[in-house]
Parts: sequence; C-alpha cells; structure tokens
Amino acid sequence: MDLRFPKEEPTLAEVQALDAVLGESHVVEGWQRERGGAHLAADQRPHLLAALHALQDRVGWVSPGGLGELCRRLDVPPAEAYGVASFYAMFSMEERPARVVHVCADLACQVLGAGALLDAVQAECGNPSQTGVPGAWQPSPCLGLCERGPAILVTEAGDPAHEAVIAPAIATDVAIALRVGPKGLGAEAPVVAAVPQAATPQGAADLVLLKRVGVVDPSSLDDYRAHGGYEALRAAFAMGPTGVIREVTDSNLVGRGGAAFPAGRKWAAVAAQPVRTHYLVCNADESEPGTFKDRVIIEGDPFSLIEAMTICAFATGCEHGFVYLRGEYPRALEHLQHAIDAARDRGYLGTNVMGLGFAFDISIVRGAGAYICGEETAIFNSIEGYRGEPRSKPPFPVEVGLFGKPTVVNNVETLVNVLPIVLNGGPAYAAIGTTGSSGTKVFCVSGAVANAGVYELPFGATLRELIDLAGGVPNGRSLKAVLLGGAAGSFVRADEIDFPLTLEGARAHNTTLGSGVVMVLDDTVDLPTFLRRIAAFFRDESCGQCVPCRVGTVRQEEALIRITLGPRSAAQHEADLTILRDVGRAMRDASICGLGQTAWSAIESAIDRLGALR
Amino acid sequence: MTSIYETPVGLPRRAVSIQIDGEEVKVSEGATILDACKAHGTDVPTLCYGDTLDPVNACRVCVVEVEGNRVLVPSCSRKVEPGMVINTDNERTRHSRKLVLELLGSSVDLSAAPHVAGWNDQYQADPTRFGESKTVKQPVKVDNDLYVRDYSRCILCYKCVDACGEQWQNSFAISVAGRGFNAHISTEFDVGLPDSACVYCGNCVEVCPTGALMFKTEHDMRVADTWDESVQQQTTTICPYCGVGCSLTLHTQDNTIVKVTSPHESAVGSGNLCIKGRFGFQHVQTLKHN
Repeated sequence: MDLRFPKEEPTLAEVQALDAVLGESHVVEGWQRERGGAHLAADQRPHLLAALHALQDRVGWVSPGGLGELCRRLDVPPAEAYGVASFYAMFSMEERPARVVHVCADLACQVLGAGALLDAVQAECGNPSQTGVPGAWQPSPCLGLCERGPAILVTEAGDPAHEAVIAPAIATDVAIALRVGPKGLGAEAPVVAAVPQAATPQGAADLVLLKRVGVVDPSSLDDYRAHGGYEALRAAFAMGPTGVIREVTDSNLVGRGGAAFPAGRKWAAVAAQPVRTHYLVCNADESEPGTFKDRVIIEGDPFSLIEAMTICAFATGCEHGFVYLRGEYPRALEHLQHAIDAARDRGYLGTNVMGLGFAFDISIVRGAGAYICGEETAIFNSIEGYRGEPRSKPPFPVEVGLFGKPTVVNNVETLVNVLPIVLNGGPAYAAIGTTGSSGTKVFCVSGAVANAGVYELPFGATLRELIDLAGGVPNGRSLKAVLLGGAAGSFVRADEIDFPLTLEGARAHNTTLGSGVVMVLDDTVDLPTFLRRIAAFFRDESCGQCVPCRVGTVRQEEALIRITLGPRSAAQHEADLTILRDVGRAMRDASICGLGQTAWSAIESAIDRLGALR
Repeated sequence: MTSIYETPVGLPRRAVSIQIDGEEVKVSEGATILDACKAHGTDVPTLCYGDTLDPVNACRVCVVEVEGNRVLVPSCSRKVEPGMVINTDNERTRHSRKLVLELLGSSVDLSAAPHVAGWNDQYQADPTRFGESKTVKQPVKVDNDLYVRDYSRCILCYKCVDACGEQWQNSFAISVAGRGFNAHISTEFDVGLPDSACVYCGNCVEVCPTGALMFKTEHDMRVADTWDESVQQQTTTICPYCGVGCSLTLHTQDNTIVKVTSPHESAVGSGNLCIKGRFGFQHVQTLKHN
C-alpha cells in the first residue's frame, strides 16, 4: 500500500511508548510495503489496539503525531487507525490531563447512591469537561465493581501508567484522587471479599468454580498445584481430544455468557474443521452492567482459567488462545499476565506443554471500553485491529472466526466449568443441577442486598433463595423488583421470585438469566431514572453500524425522557409509548447483533411487568 | 447496452429451490436472497446495497423473514439455502422497513436519495412522528473544487469507505470514526481532503446513495436552484485520456457538462474512474467559450 501519513511529528515519549510495545526496529519502508504487500500489513494490524493503549497510557491521549508514527510502523492507513481509536471510550482523541477519574454512573452503583456521588463530585470538583490540571473526571459506564459500589477508577498516564479503583467511594475520594492520583490511594479490598459464601465453612463447601478464590495465592503456580491445579489437564491428556469433547458434550454444559449455546457442540464443530489454524478466544470482556464474576475468577484464581483454556485448546486443536479482557480491570490484568508468564516459565504453556509435545500459548488482549466487543464476532474485529463492529452470521465463528479461521469463543465461566467436568466426568457434572440446566452457576448479586457479591449455586435454586442467601433486602426496606441478566435482561416483580434460576425456569417465566446478573431493587429505587440509565447505556454503547440500533437507541432514550420528565398530555404519553414499542420491535427484529436485539427488553419488561411509565 | 458490458459466463452452478412469498423459485447456488427476489420480480427496497461492492447489510431496509430464523435477515447479504421459505412482504417485514425509513428519515436529510419518498408512501412511514429529535445535521464540507461532503445526508452505508479502500481505490483516505449515533465518515482527525490521502477519483461520489457526496458543480447549482435533472442529457462515451478506455457518462444541462458518472456494468472499470475521467472535463467547456 502506498500510504500517506500525517505531517505532525511524534514526541519522544510517544516514540518510546511505541518502542516498548512494538520493538524499536522497524518502520516499514516503501519497498518492503510493496514486496511484503498485504501479508506484511496483515501481520502488523493486530498490534494496533496494544499500540493505541501504549500511547494513551504514556501521554494520556492519542495525538496526531503519535497516531501517525503508529501508522508508519504498522503500515495502517491513518484514517482507519483514527476510526479504530475513536471507537473506544478509553482512548481520548483530544488532549486532556494525564489523570482521569472515572466515576461509575451505571445501574448497580446507581442503586448504591451513584447519583448522589455524581452530584457531590460535580459540586466539589466542577463539571466533568471543565476540570483542568491536574486531573479530569468523567461519568463512566459499569466498572464491574458492583458488589461494593459506588465505584471509581483512577487512571494516570505516564511511565509507567498507574491505575487504581476505589469502591465504595465518596466525593472526597474523587477530590483526593484528582489531587494525588492513583498512587496515593489505599489498597483494594481482597478478592475474596466479593465471595460472601467463602466466609462460612458451610458456604465454602458448596463452591466448585470459586472454591480456590481466597484460598489459593493467585500469584503462585505451586500453590495452585497444591490445591488440585493441573490435575484436570493431566486427565485431559490421558483421555485425548475426542474423550474431552465427549465428556463436555455429556456434561450438557452450555455457554455462560448469555446465549446458552451447548459448549460440546461448539467444540466438536471446531475440532472437526480441516482448515488450520484453529483459535481459542476467551471472552473476558464482561461489560454487562452488574456482571463481575469473570473479574473475581481471574483475580482470585487465574491459573484455573489458563488450565481450562489449555484443555479446550487440546480438545479442539487450537494453537493459540486470546483472553480478551475488559480494559477497566487493572488487578485482573496484573494477576492474569503474571499467571500466564509463570505458566510459560514452568512449561505449562509454550511449544511443549507438560513435556507432551502439545503446543499452545495465550496472549491477553486488553479491551478499551466498548461493551459491544463482548459480542462474539465484534471481539474478533477488535483483536484483529479493526473497529469492534459485529460481523453478520452466517458464517459462524466455528467455521470463519478470528483471522477467518475456525474459532472457539467461550466466556470465562464456561471455560472454568471444564475443570470439574474433566476431573469428575461429564455424566457426574450433568447430575448436578436440573435436567435442563446442568452444573453450578455463578450469579452476580448486586444492588439492595445485605451481602452483595458472586454466589455459586447448583442450578435449581429459586431467585428468592438466592436473595435470602445474600442476606435479603437490608434496613427494613422491601423488595421492589429484580433486574435479571443486566441491561439486556428483564425485570421480575417482587411477587414473581419463586421460580427456579434455571434456563428452563427463566424461559417459562418469560425472562432470562443472561450472564447471571441479579440486581436487586428495593422500594426506594427511582425507577424512571434507572430506566433512563438503561436507555443511555445502549445509546452510548451501540456501535453505530446498523440503523435500527444506531438511531433506535437514541429515539428510545428521547421518548423515555419525554415520558418521565416532560409535562405531557395523555395523548402524547400514549404516542410515546407507541414509539417505544414500535422502535423496540424493529430493534429486536432487524438489528445485526444481540446488543440492538435486546436494547429494549428491560424497558419493555418494566412497562409490562412492573407497570412503569403509566 | 452492448455486449462489452456483459460479464463472462462462469462455471455452471447448481440450482437451489427456495420459496419466495409462497412461490417456488429456482436460483443459482451462491446467490443472495436479494438476487433471487430480483430474478423473481419481487420488489425489495435497498439503500446501503451497492451493485459493485460487497454488501455490508447496515441499513436493514431490505430485511426479509426466513422461516426458522429468530430475527429478520438482510436479503442483500444472506445467501440462499435449499428449502428456504422466505416472506418478503408480511406485517413483520413491513414494520421493520417502515421503522428503518422513519428512523433514517428523522435523523438524515434523504431529499436527494432516489426512491425514498415512494417507499415512505408504500410503507406508510412518517419520519416526523418523533418530534424534536437528534439529527446528524451539520454544515456542508467544501474544502476542494471537485466534490463536496454533506454529511447531513449521510446514512453511514460504508460504500464510500469501501470504494476508497481495498475494494476499489486502495487510497484509504476515509473511514468510519466514532461510535453509535456519533459514528461518522472521517479522515484522520477530520483533516480536510487536501491534507488527506484522497486522490479525487470520485469513486465515493459514484456509489453514494443519498447525495451526501456530490460534484461541486451539482452542489453549486442546487444551492443556486438551477439544478434540473429533467432537462439534463446523459451521453455515454469513452474517456479520451489514456489507453484503458473507461466508459464515461456525461451529464449535461444547457449543453454544459455538470457531472460525470460511469456505467457500473462496464467491464472496464465497474463504475470506477480516476481524477482525469471523473473531474477533468473543464477543458471541454473552456474550448467552447473560446
């Protein structure tokens, strides 16, 4: 390609930042470009996201000079790189202070007082856009710290960059964070604090997937092995790829990311593809408001994910695995990167895993603030260095996935389920739970409960039992509703909570478990504000590719604002309700991906089940 | 036209039986539902579909119902499969098409997009129903003498990006930037075209379905209210500049060239030209005045 680059020069810091991530050596010269052609450029492109992170982390924004230098090195057209960078919320395309405080304004934190926090921060620190040196603050979508909201994330560009979270936070914390940055903040709560069941021997005995969280040292491979680690991989090698797939199929394990697709079928389909290379993508981009289970698993037991991915790769013939980790998880990134390095050092990853001649390695791809990148095809585009827009299906990922090759995409929770399946056998796993939903499920309980956190239960417990296990609604208040499945899920009423939390139970009650979000709302909840936040979330997170979602999410929010805030006649009110239903139906029917298709679900259920907006 | 516009005969393809609106139809394997509908004479509206580009199925106005599918499918990109039962015109597809037209019409100026007014009538779409609402209205970008960019008319069909990029021109001067409703077509950091990689081939103008990209001559005449397609003539000829021999269609009004397009069926360039063929027509008019 004969590319034209911006005339702005990069600063020394930007050059150094790119050196660190791309290596010093090469700018692709014109002749190389012509001779290496498309292949050379294709090899470079997947470095784009990491290179953008390097610029953002070092200087706090993506400048024209920095972007130009990046494009020269990676042989990427500047317009395309700009299109990619501007897609992600974490990259600033305008110069801003190095220190930024992100204040969660999303659903779970809203129940815990984020609205008041935002007001207080505004009063104390000024408007988000007006804050100058030394820091700026901005409202943020869900930070995945829902068990201890309201949460803030502090980022500071530099060498090295720093990140830290505070949760629960008060306005003074934001002011301090703006003044002193992440280095001056206190230590984060231990991971195990997010697993209330671990606090009692009775509760801890019930845990399968979370049993090592808080027990094992997440930085020690030896400690992991001392707690049963790598026994499953050894067993998997003994039973062979077909044996592993048979056990996974027999276990009736279905995907835990929300779509509930049978994992065994997906694995078998990829394993059967004659085309090479096969890829494994672990979807750890959990950005559904109210979801934080993957964070807890990765922070508390990172080696279990690595072992599970290795088993999956062995069974399906994958040569490389990617963990697409959401960008707002500093501790999870640190723990997982350390664990991958340790596993590689000790021969559990690399060209000869456990000395058995099997080659597999894992890289982390750090997301950059885009809910849509959790969609199973958008995640491919993001890893490949393109805008995180969903692809149309068919073809499905098992045939044409990452880099156009057969790909297994599984959620973190789905993958770690493979460890007990391989160790105990598929039928034993299938015996847990109900006939329609096998195994245990990790629920993210947040909002108005005494003990928010992740709870692991065999499928079959009722929603009421789960809420009771989490200590019920505190402070003598009463339950108003539960949002199941997050922003893309649906509400159930307080008198509807006696159904079992299984796939079939949820379906029979016309709701969804989604990714396991159980957000409890008490009678003090400001439902209109809550619904407006759901609408704003989808408007913010729509990728903009298809018309129903791009414009529909905007019209949905506008109608909701008119209904809830404006003085309206009965006729106007009815017309706006009709608009909501008409737009919602078109989004559900005609959007490209699940984001648009579910953007109206929660609001619809609030109208139909909770009687909201009457 | 004549035989040079016909594409060569390819390998024989298996015929696939499908059902469109209750009628059995046989189409070649690998055809899209839209191809099948066209061959069958079934009318399906399209906006982002480009006959010379890979379908991106972004506008969703062409959705049809395929039985057994949870959601509607875009006919422009979905390939036919044996036994498919397709409904192109039931209440469900009409609802989505109507809403797509309303959503687009309420946010984008579609006045220069052909067919849209007729479809609005056909699907009883009322783009004004949302009242005061967010639009993409913005000033026209005029930063060169050849063509203008009026993104108030842009429906984000991706066609200009694909024509500029790897599908045709390989200039990569523009891309989709931003996200959601703020997604827009842009050069890097929104620099003007003279500072970008644009080579002024105008192939983006050729494929733009809504007049968001427009010859400067056409734009100026529309502003002056002298643009009148009813009195224009179109003359297809061969570009005189080089030996490639691209086909040009000269649009003339009052015996003056006001716009140049190229037939998409042309086997030479498939509607694509270079700056000379597309915009190098001024010398003809200058000659006339001498």
